Amino acid sequence: MSARASKLAPIATGLATILAVIVLLEILIGIDVIDRFLMPPPSDVFVALPRLFTDENVVPRFFVTAGETLAAGLLLSIFGIAGGALLFRFVILRRSFETWVAALAAAPIVLSYPLFLVIAGRGSATVVLVAFLAALPAVILKTLEGFSQTPGVYALVGKSLNASRWQIFSKVMFPAALPSIFVGLRLGLLVAMLNIVGMEFLINTGGLGQLVNELSERYDLAATYAAILCVILVSVLFFTATEWLERRLRRVA
Amino acid sequence: MIDTPSKFLDVNNLAMRFGDGQDAITAIDDVSFSVVEGEVVSVIGPSGCGKSTLLNAIGGLIAGFDGTVSLSNETISGPHPSIGMVFQEESAFPWRSVLENVAFPLEISGMAKAERLSRARHFISLVGLEGFEQRYPAELSGGMRQRVAIARALAHEPKILLMDEPFASLDEQTRILLGESILKIQQTLGQTILLITHNLTEAVQLSDRVLVMTYRPGRIKTEIDIDLPRPRSSEILASDAFGRYVAQIWGHLREEAGRGMRQADHGSQIDKK
Repeated sequence: MSARASKLAPIATGLATILAVIVLLEILIGIDVIDRFLMPPPSDVFVALPRLFTDENVVPRFFVTAGETLAAGLLLSIFGIAGGALLFRFVILRRSFETWVAALAAAPIVLSYPLFLVIAGRGSATVVLVAFLAALPAVILKTLEGFSQTPGVYALVGKSLNASRWQIFSKVMFPAALPSIFVGLRLGLLVAMLNIVGMEFLINTGGLGQLVNELSERYDLAATYAAILCVILVSVLFFTATEWLERRLRRVA
Repeated sequence: MIDTPSKFLDVNNLAMRFGDGQDAITAIDDVSFSVVEGEVVSVIGPSGCGKSTLLNAIGGLIAGFDGTVSLSNETISGPHPSIGMVFQEESAFPWRSVLENVAFPLEISGMAKAERLSRARHFISLVGLEGFEQRYPAELSGGMRQRVAIARALAHEPKILLMDEPFASLDEQTRILLGESILKIQQTLGQTILLITHNLTEAVQLSDRVLVMTYRPGRIKTEIDIDLPRPRSSEILASDAFGRYVAQIWGHLREEAGRGMRQADHGSQIDKK
């Protein structure tokens, strides 16, 4: 197999699998194995997609959800990574808060949305705040794990070369912890997106979550699934962006 | 008048204790020795005798010890640009290519990129890794990764190279061949080396002098000059003289290693109780 073919093979296999699932669903729904009132045939979903642009104003909604995800992602990158680094650096903080942070990760923060509505009002600020808080523990804990699992000898190499604390952090500890940090960020973004779409669905402030809510209340199932495809697109976009960013940062470090 | 080589590294009455009160452990005590320029000295001792503590104190990585360490009459109180270190654990950074790893010390010191990469290439070639510049540590064997660490430690041209059991995680054959590489590098650069090891063959193969340490607290028990011809290759392992040196060192080390083992057994029995 040529180098080009071996590079394309995984992509082709992935796309072929998705296509096979779509065809299988189409057949199963067509022969009534799956009830079409529970799940519309994929062909109906694709036909409904253009309607989202013409009738449902999907583009601005897409940007609302993507913008909220970006805002939550930026907050997570700043506070999550800083939080994890602080817990690693100061043993007293780690002993005091690690268990609490882990407990927060399991807390259904979205249920306290009425409180956040009072604090931040009915709008994107509340959506971003809830998503950020729900996803923060994952980023903090994975960042902490990344730093903790970095072999001590890496820092010793820096120290033996008389590197400054900042050089040891930026050129040794941070790049060594990057894979774990990015696992945390991707996990955090996933949790954030779930909360963002869920909050948009609940409080009807706009975005794709609100669109899914409206379409499902109209029993327009094909368009509902098409809107969900748009949500998946936002998720894929952010996943790809974090992968690109991780590669860039590793190269810079 | 005969010129006697001047002391280059001078370790004087070095002692290091960990902990307080009854739990205090004296890792090393009253350790004094010196190394002259271009010399290869090995420190050998049983596990737990404080060899690595000694090396970390000389390398300026730990503080709080008694005694002094000086290099060319300058007292060492922290990491020093004239000291290069190679560690026992695999320390090549996995996110950097071989070239970027070796250039790392020069990057830390602020050298321009073109110059540091050119200098890194020189040291990569010195350790026999030319052609692997763009490879990452995960793509290399354990021996090659350790050569990357050696090239990195040499890149900022230290006056003395401290090596803490650099071949401990490697198999015997790779260890002998890497020893040969070290001998060649030492000969090319006239590099002064202080090697910590628990491997008798390695100590005799590489050294001009071997310092045997006692079990805890680590003290210098005896000093053995290795009068084998240089340049050396691994063929020297088959010579009678080599075998006699190994036996002589083991003669001094045996009692200490036994003491260390008994103490470790005693410790684990107490733990069981």
